[in-house]
Amino acid sequence: MDNRSLVSLAQHSKEKLLYLLDMAKRFEENPNRRLLENKVVATLFFEPSTRTRLSFETAANRLSARIIGFTDPKSSSSAKGETLKDTITMVANYADIIVMRHHLEGAARYAAEISPVPIVNAGDGANQHPSQTMLDLYSIQKTQGTLENLNITLVGDLKYGRTVHSLLTAMRHFNPNFRFISPEELKMPNEYKVFCRQQGIPFEESTVFNERVIADTDILYITRVQSERFTDMLEYERVKNAYTLHNSMLEGTRPNMRILHPLPRVNEISYDVDNNPKAYYFEQAKNGLYAREAILCDVLGITIEDIDNYERK
Amino acid sequence: MKENKQRLLVAALENGTVIDHIPSDQLFTVVHLLKLDKLETKITIGNNLVSSKLGKKGIIKLANKFFDSDEINKISIVAPHIRLNIIRNYEVVEKREVDMPNQLLGIVKCANPKCITNNEPMTTNFHVIDKEKCTIKCHYCEKEQTKEDFTIIE
Repeated sequence: MDNRSLVSLAQHSKEKLLYLLDMAKRFEENPNRRLLENKVVATLFFEPSTRTRLSFETAANRLSARIIGFTDPKSSSSAKGETLKDTITMVANYADIIVMRHHLEGAARYAAEISPVPIVNAGDGANQHPSQTMLDLYSIQKTQGTLENLNITLVGDLKYGRTVHSLLTAMRHFNPNFRFISPEELKMPNEYKVFCRQQGIPFEESTVFNERVIADTDILYITRVQSERFTDMLEYERVKNAYTLHNSMLEGTRPNMRILHPLPRVNEISYDVDNNPKAYYFEQAKNGLYAREAILCDVLGITIEDIDNYERK
Repeated sequence: MKENKQRLLVAALENGTVIDHIPSDQLFTVVHLLKLDKLETKITIGNNLVSSKLGKKGIIKLANKFFDSDEINKISIVAPHIRLNIIRNYEVVEKREVDMPNQLLGIVKCANPKCITNNEPMTTNFHVIDKEKCTIKCHYCEKEQTKEDFTIIE
């Protein structure tokens, strides 16, 4: 079915990404706009994700929409064996937008094909999580004043980390320079390196994480190294400490450099970094609200012009 | 004389299609993919025949059956080098090769167990990325896979 669903950012042109970021900026200036009055937003979380759900529900609330949905798949009809198709078709009778998180990959694309109302993908397994990438792009643009020609260092789990893959794909429009820092076990998959070469994006790989490799970085994007990715627990203990950012490592870094992390953080960023002005991860999460307000409006066909007109009223 | 008799048995097709150069191990997959078991017209199937190209090959002769491109192209994922001979009035009027389509609908099962297509009653959908290497990409979970990874839907 042809609708304005957001399944993956790969569907968006550079212009469209910049347009959505522009729209998000309007919501940072004023997050409370009654643009979705009388609209119902369904949040279907087939897999729990408190952070993403709260962010989407806050976005919907600040736009004056009403919210229905479930947060626990055990209490939903899918636990009784209902197909995704039936759940989506049923909920589409009630809601104007469906925000969904699902543990199966491709669930959002399938839902978008069968749903008469727009679907917003809030994460489908290890596949896509476009609203996270939107807030990452927004945070980068806001802190650097541009998305173009930046040195971006990705640290941690680059193998399974969905957010780093999406970010890398979205950044293809902006001439970035990447550095991939990870333990051997969690290196950037080959398909993404092939992608970089095809797009003419320069990158370096390293297993060492220290002051020197981050000295010329504009964006330091850190992800969590999860213990469940390791078969050898001794190896995990070693790796865990080798990829922790400490405040002392930030002394020689660029003044414009900012540290991003999709959260939740465990021990990959030491707590002494939190008070450093270069630590940006909590503001980054806040930017998620503006990015998601923009996404909810866009899938319903609300434009920047509509937002500005509404403001003048 | 004996040889002649053998030839007559399989060559006597007035109108129809001959699918030639099928790899022997794929013959019955081709039968399945083309749903030939549902066909009411005369079918002659030969397998493990001597082939200079393949070593062993299979051949299928179908009386009064003609395929459109969409129908026949899907077998290219298991047998990319088959040859089609279209017969009218005992004469070969057209020779065709199969061309792998850009999209495979409901033919291949996704290799990713966490793909929605393996957990929901729905039609699979693949985009063909590389026809030579037979690399395909799941429309849903976006995982790329090659011939060794995926299986044909039973």
